[in-house]
Amino acid sequence: MEHYLSLFVRAVFIENMALAFFLGMCTFIAISKKVETAIGLGIAVVVVQTITVPLNNLVYNTFLADGALAWAGMPDVDLSFIGLLSFIGVIAATVQILEMLLDKYVPSLYNALGVFLPLITVNCAIMGGVLFMVERDYTFSESVVYGLGSGFSWGLAIALLAAIREKLKYSDVPEGLQGLGITFITIGLMSLGFMSFSGVQL
Amino acid sequence: MSKLTPKEVLLNPLFNNNPIALQILGICSALAVTTNLNTALVMSIALTLVTGFSNLFVSLIRAQIPSSIRMIVQVVIIASLVIVVDQTLKAFAYSLSKQLSVFVGLIITNCIVMGRAEGFAMQNPPFLSFLDGIGNGLGYSAVLIAVGFVRELFGAGKLFGVTILQPVTEGGWYQPNGLLLLPPSAFFLIGFLIWGLREWKREQIEENQFKMAPQVRKEAF
Repeated sequence: MEHYLSLFVRAVFIENMALAFFLGMCTFIAISKKVETAIGLGIAVVVVQTITVPLNNLVYNTFLADGALAWAGMPDVDLSFIGLLSFIGVIAATVQILEMLLDKYVPSLYNALGVFLPLITVNCAIMGGVLFMVERDYTFSESVVYGLGSGFSWGLAIALLAAIREKLKYSDVPEGLQGLGITFITIGLMSLGFMSFSGVQL
Repeated sequence: MSKLTPKEVLLNPLFNNNPIALQILGICSALAVTTNLNTALVMSIALTLVTGFSNLFVSLIRAQIPSSIRMIVQVVIIASLVIVVDQTLKAFAYSLSKQLSVFVGLIITNCIVMGRAEGFAMQNPPFLSFLDGIGNGLGYSAVLIAVGFVRELFGAGKLFGVTILQPVTEGGWYQPNGLLLLPPSAFFLIGFLIWGLREWKREQIEENQFKMAPQVRKEAF
């Protein structure tokens, strides 16, 4: 249990998806002007990440990894090279299915998430989480915890950034820095703050 | 839209319409691989090739793609190209591909590639699209290499792994700036780069949402 807890804390604070690995930056910067939308998107990412990372873990370990097809009588087959293609397929399919399910059974949540769901397919944080999971050989239960943690880390970061940017728009920024420039520097300062967690030993 | 000459298509994304500084595309990988010039250069080449060729192929079959499934078709084309790049790197430059770790795979979800395929290649003939892809790749590369240059030179005193400024720890005179090797510095550098670019090309400056009210000073008479 302790192992999973430390994995979660590390995924959220030390290896923050947005601030330490720069993943999902495009949406991170584009959709962080309002706190409400940022939180909506954050929740959507947490949900999708928690589903896709374990799912891809299963796909990788039963079909793609070296020797994984032994159960089908083909122990010499190594399909890991089509990993990228199948991961993005799984992500796209999950997002699509999730969208339809939400639309049918939980319309209120569907309306709240709205346009953000399809956007998540091309969010590098999701793909990055999956690739890290493969690279680090997580087991299935570890991948569940890692998916939840990394999704939460990204959601936390975008909510914080949106809160800062809401205040920031009333400040007098030099002309050339307005908009994108000052956002970058803000994220840099946030990232500097999160660096202080990196000394934590778990 | 007026007719674009091939030269404009190729060179516009470098400064006038830079994918990172103005279009906010493909920032994810731009920051992570710039701690040294080697990885920055390899990443730039990989991305430029993938963008160019994905634009070319998408443009070639743009009349055949039904619009309802165009996203999937684009993603499949891009993913196949990235697999080729990934496998090539693993075969010929294994240590580099380990350093780049997941970021080669992340070219698939890099918004530059998708954005240009969707925004340019779907409406334009193959040759122009190819140039547009290469041009945007070069615009991305320009930022990546500039940031990589500063970070490696001042962070470690090296360029391409060759010592330029002898650091104090090895008996030299240069005190390396460790912050430049950490993630936050990449944000600051790109922020300053955008500032510089926008002071130079002033039409790129974003309108402020709120104007500062003129300061009213009450003199004490």
